[in-house]
Amino acid sequence: MMRFLTSLLLGLTILAAPVYAQSGPLRLELDQGIIEPLPFAVPNFVPDGPAATQYANDLSRVVAADLTGTGLFREISSDAFISRVSNFEAPVQFADWKAINAEALVTGAVNVSGKRLTVRFRVWDVFSGQELGNGLQFSGTTDGWRRMAHKVADQVYTRVTGESGYFDSRVAFVSESGPKNQRLKRLAIMDYDGANVQYLTDSAAIVLAPRFSPSGDRLLYTSYETGQPRIYVLDVDRVKRTELKTQDGTMSFSPRFSPDGRSILYSLIQGGNTDLWKMDLASGQSVRLTNTPAIETAPSYSPDGSQIVFESDRSGTPQLYIMPSNGGEATRISFKQGRYGTPVWSPRGDLIAFTKQNKGRFHIGVMRTDGSEERLLTSSFLDEGPTWSPNGRVIMFTRESQGASGRATLYSVDISGRNLRPVRTPDGGSDPSWGPLQK
Amino acid sequence: MNVLSKVIALGVLSVVAACTNNDPTALGGGAGGNGSILPGSPSDPQSPAYFQQTVGDRVLFEVDQSTLTGQAQTILQGQADWLLANTDFVATIEGHADEQGTREYNLALGARRANAAREYLISRGVAGNRLTTVSFGKERPIEICSTEECYSKNRRSVTVLTGSTLG
Repeated sequence: MMRFLTSLLLGLTILAAPVYAQSGPLRLELDQGIIEPLPFAVPNFVPDGPAATQYANDLSRVVAADLTGTGLFREISSDAFISRVSNFEAPVQFADWKAINAEALVTGAVNVSGKRLTVRFRVWDVFSGQELGNGLQFSGTTDGWRRMAHKVADQVYTRVTGESGYFDSRVAFVSESGPKNQRLKRLAIMDYDGANVQYLTDSAAIVLAPRFSPSGDRLLYTSYETGQPRIYVLDVDRVKRTELKTQDGTMSFSPRFSPDGRSILYSLIQGGNTDLWKMDLASGQSVRLTNTPAIETAPSYSPDGSQIVFESDRSGTPQLYIMPSNGGEATRISFKQGRYGTPVWSPRGDLIAFTKQNKGRFHIGVMRTDGSEERLLTSSFLDEGPTWSPNGRVIMFTRESQGASGRATLYSVDISGRNLRPVRTPDGGSDPSWGPLQK
Repeated sequence: MNVLSKVIALGVLSVVAACTNNDPTALGGGAGGNGSILPGSPSDPQSPAYFQQTVGDRVLFEVDQSTLTGQAQTILQGQADWLLANTDFVATIEGHADEQGTREYNLALGARRANAAREYLISRGVAGNRLTTVSFGKERPIEICSTEECYSKNRRSVTVLTGSTLG
């Protein structure tokens, strides 16, 4: 993976821009609430020789799937195309794309020589006849073609919306198989869209709730491999895990990285009581952050590291609280009816996603950091454990279906509450943790 | 009704267990001499199987509670009596939750339940160093339907005997 990353970076080149008439640029304003998805076309990228044909087709399909998957874009089928793009350098026939109402057009070309793949692409504002941004070129090894497709799609997304993308990112999760009473769980990692699943543990011990480090190089998780729940850190590239030692004879779980990746928060159970602690990873030293007879768990740092949102039942039911990152007085922020858990601070810092249980239903919701403007995005028998896309636009979570044949599936939803969709994984999936945009 | 008859049987049998234990010579001979009780079988009062099935290895909890009900206390009293009579055993008390709750909260809730059972056994004279706890949260239900009938059985603590020197 590292080698590929390097070659991908080295291979980024800005293409010389062709000159066209300039007018008002195409722009999808996400904050204004997207009702009607923006129609776009991605004609299959032009292969430079037979070795590139399959890659060109697959790559353009992944670009289109990324954009369509946001719910913000709608792909126009190639059946409707008037123009064929058989030469990447030839002028675009804008009239042909206008006629089928494509507002954005992505053209591309793929070259394969040996194990090296190069993709060039341009993004067009069809109605103004103008190129959005500059043409770019990515190179890498052929087995990294999906990442290159995601990078192209991220560029398209950013140029049309003005926001950073999230397609070239990975998700850590727990792969689940077997019935509820004998469920087998394995730690796994995959591309954000469910492709390239890689298993990081076997199913010998229960594993729970992985969390990516801010740079995506490590995962924190809880495992029962000693018979007790304990926290571990795993080097993602080497697939090498280390137990994070807490006090002897205790159970620990719910580990989360600090924004600088140097310390972690976790829950420690002593004498049946669960409190929050902080561990410095270099020294292994822990300090206590809460000291109450209530359950304190599921912590999450604010992006600037100054505050922690967490879950506590000190009021009698689980609710959300915010405290300074060194502990101290906590302020309750959840006040509507129901039980609140698993708060996660958004990467933009303005929202907190949570799980809410009310009247026999579970919801994923978001609220402002002062608890105002609560909105529930989903509702089902059991939804839990939200995680934010790197750009703070999408939430992934676990949905468990009811009854003896109940199964856990990953879902994603736009923060508008629209575009609820399952994320396909080979087996069941739970406890997603969305990693950063890859470099 | 079931619980009641079990409790009555338990009272009688724990007396039997206490007697055999007070007389070390009766340990092997008692069970063997009887002719009908197979050592280690559920009918052997000193067997883990007897503890599990007759004394009762689990107690149930109300929704989101770790308070011991009257029934739970009765069963735990039986467990304490058995553990006091069978000192070669140590126990791990598992705490469990039903699926109505988030994963991490339920892990903490299971720990509360296991600890409530442990504290009760200690209050009845069982040495604390014979009792460890572990919480499985909602990871290991025994019943898998999604109704209260199943949930009520999943909100439990289970006293699992380990480390028997009797083998």
